[in-house]
Amino acid sequence: MSVLVYVEHADGKFKKSVYEAVSYAKAIAEQNNTNLTAISIGAVEATELSALGKYGASKVLSVNNEQLKNFVNQAYASVIAEAANAENANIVVLSNSFSGKGLGPRVAVKLKAGFVDGAIELPVVEGGKFSVKKTAFSGKAFAITEITAENKVIALNPNAFGVKESAGSEISVEDFTPADKASDFAAVVKEIIRATDKVSLPDAEIVVSAGRGLKGPENWGMVEELASLLGAATACSKPVSDADWRPHSEHVGQTGITVSPNLYIAIGISGAIQHLAGISSSKVIVVINKDPEAPFFKVADYGIVGDAFEVVPKLIEALKAHKG
Amino acid sequence: MKILVCISNVPDTTTKITFTNDNTQFNTAGVQYIVNPYDEIALSKAISLCEGGKGSVTVINVGESSTEPTVRKALAIGADDAVRVNAAPRDAYFTAFQIAEYAKSNDFDMILTGRESIDYNGAQVAAMIGEFLDIPSVSIIKKLDYDGTTATIEREIEGGKEILTVTGKFVASCAEGVAEPKIPNMRGIMSARTKPLQVVEAKEVEQLSTIQSFQTPPPRGTVKLVPTEETEKLIDLLHQEAKVI
Ligand SMILES: Cc1cc2nc3c(=O)[nH]c(=O)nc-3n(C[C@H](O)[C@H](O)[C@H](O)COP(=O)(O)OP(=O)(O)OC[C@H]3O[C@@H](n4cnc5c(N)ncnc54)[C@H](O)[C@@H]3O)c2cc1C
Ligand SMILES: Nc1ncnc2c1ncn2[C@@H]1O[C@H](COP(=O)(O)O)[C@@H](O)[C@H]1O
Repeated sequence: MSVLVYVEHADGKFKKSVYEAVSYAKAIAEQNNTNLTAISIGAVEATELSALGKYGASKVLSVNNEQLKNFVNQAYASVIAEAANAENANIVVLSNSFSGKGLGPRVAVKLKAGFVDGAIELPVVEGGKFSVKKTAFSGKAFAITEITAENKVIALNPNAFGVKESAGSEISVEDFTPADKASDFAAVVKEIIRATDKVSLPDAEIVVSAGRGLKGPENWGMVEELASLLGAATACSKPVSDADWRPHSEHVGQTGITVSPNLYIAIGISGAIQHLAGISSSKVIVVINKDPEAPFFKVADYGIVGDAFEVVPKLIEALKAHKG
Repeated sequence: MKILVCISNVPDTTTKITFTNDNTQFNTAGVQYIVNPYDEIALSKAISLCEGGKGSVTVINVGESSTEPTVRKALAIGADDAVRVNAAPRDAYFTAFQIAEYAKSNDFDMILTGRESIDYNGAQVAAMIGEFLDIPSVSIIKKLDYDGTTATIEREIEGGKEILTVTGKFVASCAEGVAEPKIPNMRGIMSARTKPLQVVEAKEVEQLSTIQSFQTPPPRGTVKLVPTEETEKLIDLLHQEAKVI
């Protein structure tokens, strides 16, 4: 028995969410007195792979062939299931990222595994039961899910566990050659477009979000400036993206993206239940709204009752001063 | 062209979520049910792909008879016929298995689902159907064009998007951007009553997970207000007290 973690890369680099998944998987391996193996698919340099040792992986299986260069979930799922079998792993961990969401369920079906998506805590193993806490009802609640099957697949939410270094484990990097299954490649990736200068919203540690209180798209300059000073991603409420003031990919809430940053700053957003659903697992919430009765203040940790057009520029100045 | 759209019956988005029976059951008292908002997007896309006699749209729901108003709503929006697999959906594995079994004996060119159901939110069903049928699945798509054999799909990735093509049968889970949700008109509502709704029995499948209990997020403390004149203090609080910047 062992634990396998899938380490997803973007252009050959691992992101924080991957180190987090490895840290989490390592903690599960420790719970079960076993080792952690990572599986990487696509071109990633050996130094990048061996850096995973810092977070507790003792072996990395590296699959590097041209056909598997781009993410095709059907093919990647086959590889991961094959690796799980080869490693005798009965627990597979991955990040609950966009790709992870397409991959986890397929791996689970292949392994006939119980699947928990959106895990936010370490599993609790007690009296022969293995249960994991996950978000449910779009962040309005949590569900404690027991995996009754022998095999288990867990997709970890970003920012839920944190990156934890693990003392002195040796790591070996091995090539892994999966079986060739031509029928896995009916989907073909044509193009990947990434805005490299922006922090990606789902795994951002700080999010600066604005709503209809900002009156129009021309006023987003200060939101972007604040975000860039904080190294934050920008987000918005649904009516803002519906009106095309901002792209749909920034829309946060029950029908948009769910985020769980360390800091969520909401500017000119009223705090409707559907909006709150998407952000309620943020660790610290700051609300800036001119209406003291805005429902958002009820869930905020810090607030400023005031006009965004006055407060935000002041915040930007204060932040510049703070950073010296 | 034949399209199957998976419809899930979920609590209205304004629902305050509470639980009963020692937090083991979702409290349905007074809850209004709706077609899962993402499924409306998937359905609207399917309907526009089939417009002008180019094909037909079947909706499928795994649910007990209480979900029929939601299924009828999907028919009112414009689906041609409906199937209900008569069972309470235990989990995504169960649901996807039932839908895949139905799809095996009925030849669909594509299967569309919503990105996730807003109740148990797994974002699992689409990819599981793909695996059960051994066909491609693309999760969380933003755009879909289809020429009769090949689909060109845009899907969201962290910080950007990916464009891919799929030839042959596939499953895709739809997010915002794929289509504008259609609203049922009077004619749609009238005709929905007489459109075919077939009820099939569920097949046995192993159970791999169960929800033991629910929790609601702990209430947050009261908000600490910073006066506008002292805006800069907020930065200090976030730095020294909350330690998030
Ligand atoms: C099925 C369904 C799903 C939905 N899903 C989502 C979702 O996923 N995400 C989402 O966000 N919404 C969602 N909504 C919409 C939601 O109900 C609210 O309508 C929406 O969140 C409100 O957006 P807002 O706060 O930006 O705008 P408003 O409600 O108009 O609030 C604007 C706020 O700005 C404040 N303000 C105005 N001027 C200033 C100023 N100068 N300075 C400071 N503050 C100012 C006002 O006091 C007010 O509180 C959904 C609705 C439905 C029906
Ligand atoms: N009980 C169900 N019956 C039919 N389709 C469903 C059901 N549950 C979920 N789905 C479909 O699967 C999608 C994803 O659901 P989930 O994996 O539960 O988040 C939904 O948007 C629906 O399209």
